[in-house]
Amino acid sequence: MSDLRALYQEVILDHNKNPRNFRAMEDADRTLDGYNPLCGDRYVIYVRMNGDIVADVSFTGSGCAISKASASVMSTLVKNKSRQEAAKLFDQFHDLVTGKTAVHGNADELGRLAVFAGVSEFPARVKCASLAWHTLKAALEQQAHPVTTE
Amino acid sequence: MTIHTDHVSVQSAKALDVARIRRDFPILTRKIHGMPLVYLDNAATTQKPLAVVEAEKSFYLTLNSNIHRGVHTLSEEATAAFEGVRETVRNFIGAATTREIIFVKGTTEGINLVAHSYGLKNIRNGDEVLISGLEHHSNIVPWQLLCERTGAVLKVVPLQDDGSIKLEDVTALMTGRTKLLAVAHISNALGTVNAVKSMIRIAHERGIPALIDGAQAVAHQKVNVQELDADFYAFSGHKMYGPTGIGVLYGKETLLEGMPPYQGGGDMIKSVTFEKTVYNDLPHKFEAGTPNIAGVIGLGAAINYLQGIDASALEAHETELLEVATASLQQIDGVRIIGTAKEKAGVVSFITKTIHPHDVGTIMDREGIAVRTGHHCAQPVMDHFRIPATVRASFGMYNTKEEIGRLVDGVQKVFEVFG
Repeated sequence: MSDLRALYQEVILDHNKNPRNFRAMEDADRTLDGYNPLCGDRYVIYVRMNGDIVADVSFTGSGCAISKASASVMSTLVKNKSRQEAAKLFDQFHDLVTGKTAVHGNADELGRLAVFAGVSEFPARVKCASLAWHTLKAALEQQAHPVTTE
Repeated sequence: MTIHTDHVSVQSAKALDVARIRRDFPILTRKIHGMPLVYLDNAATTQKPLAVVEAEKSFYLTLNSNIHRGVHTLSEEATAAFEGVRETVRNFIGAATTREIIFVKGTTEGINLVAHSYGLKNIRNGDEVLISGLEHHSNIVPWQLLCERTGAVLKVVPLQDDGSIKLEDVTALMTGRTKLLAVAHISNALGTVNAVKSMIRIAHERGIPALIDGAQAVAHQKVNVQELDADFYAFSGHKMYGPTGIGVLYGKETLLEGMPPYQGGGDMIKSVTFEKTVYNDLPHKFEAGTPNIAGVIGLGAAINYLQGIDASALEAHETELLEVATASLQQIDGVRIIGTAKEKAGVVSFITKTIHPHDVGTIMDREGIAVRTGHHCAQPVMDHFRIPATVRASFGMYNTKEEIGRLVDGVQKVFEVFG
């Protein structure tokens, strides 16, 4: 039960139930689909840039609790960040869920990302957690094709 | 009328000795996350009894050599064992002759063989291939590829909201251009048992041949291809307690005779010169290259194992598991069963009101329960119900009512975790 609790933390369950920035964005200048063919998770990430700054980010779509909470937390974290800062958050997140970094001693820097540390104990769920982040990264790098986790 | 055994005969059957059966499957004693394994993913692949594992092992330890070649003793013995299994398969599905039994990798390859060989020869621009709305991707995509190559049209008999296919819809979609009917015997995603015997009859009344995807059927009910009058019937070893990488395509001899080879190579020829190659006789014409010999031996052991079990007792047991699971899951608030056709085999697909199947699957796994979550390679089925995925519990001969209890407890646990 303890590792299940570590995965399905209150923060994650809350973001799943009440996702933040969960809306389409009409004045988005970047819109990208993210799709996980394994489980059918499918999101659209909307980004509005102001120069090099992510002025607004939102998402729509559906998927499991991990993928939805991850998209929601991501949307709150990258807003008003520079493209470079967003890329750094992506790397931190990726290292965290793949078990490359431990939370201990890092908690301050990881901030709200830390709630996803439990994912590393569930290798089958890493793709769920990363889907929105991969899609955002591609959107910021202005890829034209939809992103899949395959 | 389907060949599904009705309840009257089921209840008179003697009970299955599940405890004895479970001892034949060593993997069932495994613990997963500290909990005894409850394996409910039998529609994906079944576990293998010791007899199958030992048969493959024994082949490699005592008999290994190539078949249909050489005069040495090992090769002769291996050939005899291999061809012996062809007879075992013939008997198992009630085919007229072993010339109608073609060894393939699995159901998927069997269907692809028919699409390539029969399809490319007989299906032309403007012709129609008719499938149903509950098909596995392996009975959709080969026909789409064929249609792309030929200009033929893929038509789909609509799925009803209970997960069934109506015979009148099958009839209504058949036209003068329909060249093949291809349907599943049992739906892997929903458990629906199709009335394939009637569907085949309807097709034959119009001179249309029928292919049946039997992947989910052969391990769970008695199948007789001549009684069904199927023109092609494909199934996989690994879903019937046999090895992966081996399956069977049954085809009526008259049809197979008229079909060109599927792949070229060794074993499928009588003679080869650079000017002309003479193809081998059935069934070898369709078996190019060294086959999965050990797999065939394992498949033979799996069939022997299945035939050692009373078929009506087996079906009664799995029907009981289905009924208990359906009744108990229906009682849980927030659970909805997807696929409620009258005729069903041992598959229960379900969703919860608020929790995604993937989350359900992860929590179940921590309880030691192996269920499948996802679209089950049947995305059009999911689209029909406007859902991305389901949780699927599918039963085998070794499952027990106690394990269904664990499944139900597991679902309760999911709601507990999500609060």
